[in-house]
Amino acid sequence: MNTILRNSVAGLLCSTFITGAALAAGTHPVTGEPLADDQTFVYRVLDEHSSVDPQVVEDVSGAEIVRDLFEGLMNQDENGNLVPGVATGYTTNETKDVYTFTLRDNAKWSNGDPVTAHDFVYAWKRAVDPALSSPYAWFMELMSIENAAEIIAGEKPVDDLGVKAIDDHTLEVKLSAPLPYFPQMTTHSTTFPAPRKVIEQFGDEWTKPGNIVSNGAYVLTEHLPNERSVRERNPMYWDNENTIIDKVVALVINDENVALTRYLAGELDRTEVPAGQFPRLKKEYPNEAISFPRLCNYYYTFNLSDSGPEAFKDPNVRQALSLAVDRKIITENILAGGQPEAYTFVPEATAGFTPPVVEMASMTQAERDELAKELLAEAGYGPDNPLTFSMVYNTSEAHKKVAVALSQMWKQKLGAQVELANMEWKIFLEERGNQNFELARGAWCGDYNEASTFLDLLQSDSGYNDGKYSNPKVDELLAQAKTSDDPAPLYTEVERIIAQETPVIPIYHYAGVYMLDSDVGNWPVNNVEQNWYSKNLYKIAE
Amino acid sequence: MLAYVIRRLLVAVPTILLLIVASFFLMHFAPGGPFTSERPLPPQVLANIEARYGLDQPLWKQLWDYLYNIVVHFDFGPSFKFKDRDVNDIIAQGFPISLTYGMLSFIVATLVGVGLGIAAAIRHNSWIDYFAVGLGIAAQALPNFIMGPILILTFTLWLGWLPGGGWNGGQWQYLIMPVIALATSYMGSIARITRSSMLEVLNSNFIRTARAKGLPTRTVIWRHALKPTLLPVVSYLGPVFVYVLTGSVFVDIYFSTGGLGQAYVGSALSRDYAVLLGVTILYGVLTVLVNLLTDLAYAWFDPKIRY
Repeated sequence: MNTILRNSVAGLLCSTFITGAALAAGTHPVTGEPLADDQTFVYRVLDEHSSVDPQVVEDVSGAEIVRDLFEGLMNQDENGNLVPGVATGYTTNETKDVYTFTLRDNAKWSNGDPVTAHDFVYAWKRAVDPALSSPYAWFMELMSIENAAEIIAGEKPVDDLGVKAIDDHTLEVKLSAPLPYFPQMTTHSTTFPAPRKVIEQFGDEWTKPGNIVSNGAYVLTEHLPNERSVRERNPMYWDNENTIIDKVVALVINDENVALTRYLAGELDRTEVPAGQFPRLKKEYPNEAISFPRLCNYYYTFNLSDSGPEAFKDPNVRQALSLAVDRKIITENILAGGQPEAYTFVPEATAGFTPPVVEMASMTQAERDELAKELLAEAGYGPDNPLTFSMVYNTSEAHKKVAVALSQMWKQKLGAQVELANMEWKIFLEERGNQNFELARGAWCGDYNEASTFLDLLQSDSGYNDGKYSNPKVDELLAQAKTSDDPAPLYTEVERIIAQETPVIPIYHYAGVYMLDSDVGNWPVNNVEQNWYSKNLYKIAE
Repeated sequence: MLAYVIRRLLVAVPTILLLIVASFFLMHFAPGGPFTSERPLPPQVLANIEARYGLDQPLWKQLWDYLYNIVVHFDFGPSFKFKDRDVNDIIAQGFPISLTYGMLSFIVATLVGVGLGIAAAIRHNSWIDYFAVGLGIAAQALPNFIMGPILILTFTLWLGWLPGGGWNGGQWQYLIMPVIALATSYMGSIARITRSSMLEVLNSNFIRTARAKGLPTRTVIWRHALKPTLLPVVSYLGPVFVYVLTGSVFVDIYFSTGGLGQAYVGSALSRDYAVLLGVTILYGVLTVLVNLLTDLAYAWFDPKIRY
């Protein structure tokens, strides 16, 4: 019934498009596909964005909007490779601690003012300024920009930041340590330029439609909080000629099932597929249901600090629990969205990362279960002395399903007695951060496409290391990798150690599971960070 | 009566103040804070943010500043989560939306509910009665978080008559589903209360007297039975009025209306203190006002009540 109606609606739409085709805007300059008259892209976001101020924004949906409104030094293409943005290129010195970017001379703000190196200097100083107190100030510190850390700490004045406009079109950045992947980090929204004149004129109100001036392919024209935000083509954008999409609408729809219904009713061009529904949708809409790897992992972490249970101090116990997890059941039966099973902490899709040969990955599940039983018996646990522990996850239907499956696997295979608990998000973070847990859920999405964004979590003094895993060898390898020209073998070595010591149980790596209208062209499925730019998309005439 | 109203309003001031103080401390004692995140902020960054919002001050000082800004500047503070907006903005944007669909739901629920209840009582044990009772129970059994998705599936996906969500400045197409979803279960309750109240009134002595002196049924119902029937309904409507007016989180979630209900629940989850407190105060003030109005309405419905 559903399909029939949809087909008839599609038929109706087709006929209107055919009449309109005579007026069609033309064909795509590269692919030659016929372009639709209406170049509006409508997509769903889960939540209202936090801000569209590039130096302040801290959530994914906000960053997506900011990436359209503003343009940084470098952009990513549909495969995640670095391509010129406002900068046409860069040079670096021998020691890779000074980077010089050359800016194009035709880049303009939406009010017609030229975009200059001074706009970047202003924005970067703004990002570390304690007066703005940006929640992403740490990103500038992570970029190792000279004096960033001291300025954030209030020990040095903002003007000491190691960034300088040599002239209007040359930007020089000094780093406190060599950083080979520095240019990749300039695709992040925190580093985008900011319009000083406008910010000084409107203060906190500068991001409101009507006030906001931006240098990207689009300008913000409408914002109805918790309902929608609209961005439209910026005629001043230097590459406006090659931009095809005219208008982008982000609709806030909190409930994913409602979002799917509205997608099927033709109100949206893109939405997420709710867990477990992918196989059905793939069968019904083979050209629209898509799944591709993402740069995120899903794992459980052991509490290895003093407050953690004694049993988890034994690597055999940890390994046994990891071995007994049948990841196939979780990815194929529970999630069913094409997520890859995880045997390493870093997703395989990460650039420049070669996963080590993990013994467990090549075993059958029966072999793993056998080994798990042996290891656990060796550690002194068995039917007479069952392993007992509690596991905690943040409240969510999907996490619950995974947790229940895990606890059942451990119970049936190893006789472990597992107590499940869930907590509201903020309480969960607080408890996990204070090591008030035994085994806790974790997930991480890469801030940039490099293995260190994940492996840093397992460094002894990392603020994100909630399990308090500590291995001097791992710390040393990670420190080496920071300045190495070829860090890949170092990362592989770290993963090998992690596979042996099992401080975490990697369960699966995320997949982007979307319903994407088949008339949307050039969606960057190969960009694992999902840094997409509306200016690279287009709508094909049906 | 004027003296009574003034007295009630004066009592409201300490009540609201108590509400603010209690909510303020409860909120701060809840684990986690507005800047607790999966990526814990480096201590220096966190310190800068806390200093900016005054969260580094002792609690009593924060409370004092908060009250001072409200009384002197009518400023309810900034939002910690939505960095481009402050609480005044959020309420000014969300409240009119909640007010619109809430008011309409209230009117629909009351008119249809009372109508059904009266019809059922007058035609006691007839098919109208069974129909009304059945409808009332069904409506009550369908909470709005079930109604929401069902309505969207029916009217948006299958029939294609209505947009699946959004507000669009409150155009009628966008109002229908939220209003039905919110009104249904209240309508069920109102119908049930009206029916049983009416049945009781119809069996009382003064109605028997009215009938005995030969008044036509219509006059008996409208002139004599209606007012006492509505007394228990009014006491139910008071809290319902506040509830629908302040928005429903389910309506906001399922229909992306952008109302205040979602902002309220969202602020509690994200520990957005100022938004949470601002909306709590708004709800508190509304509750006090509506309770007063309900009490005044009593006097009109029942002449025995005097203030």
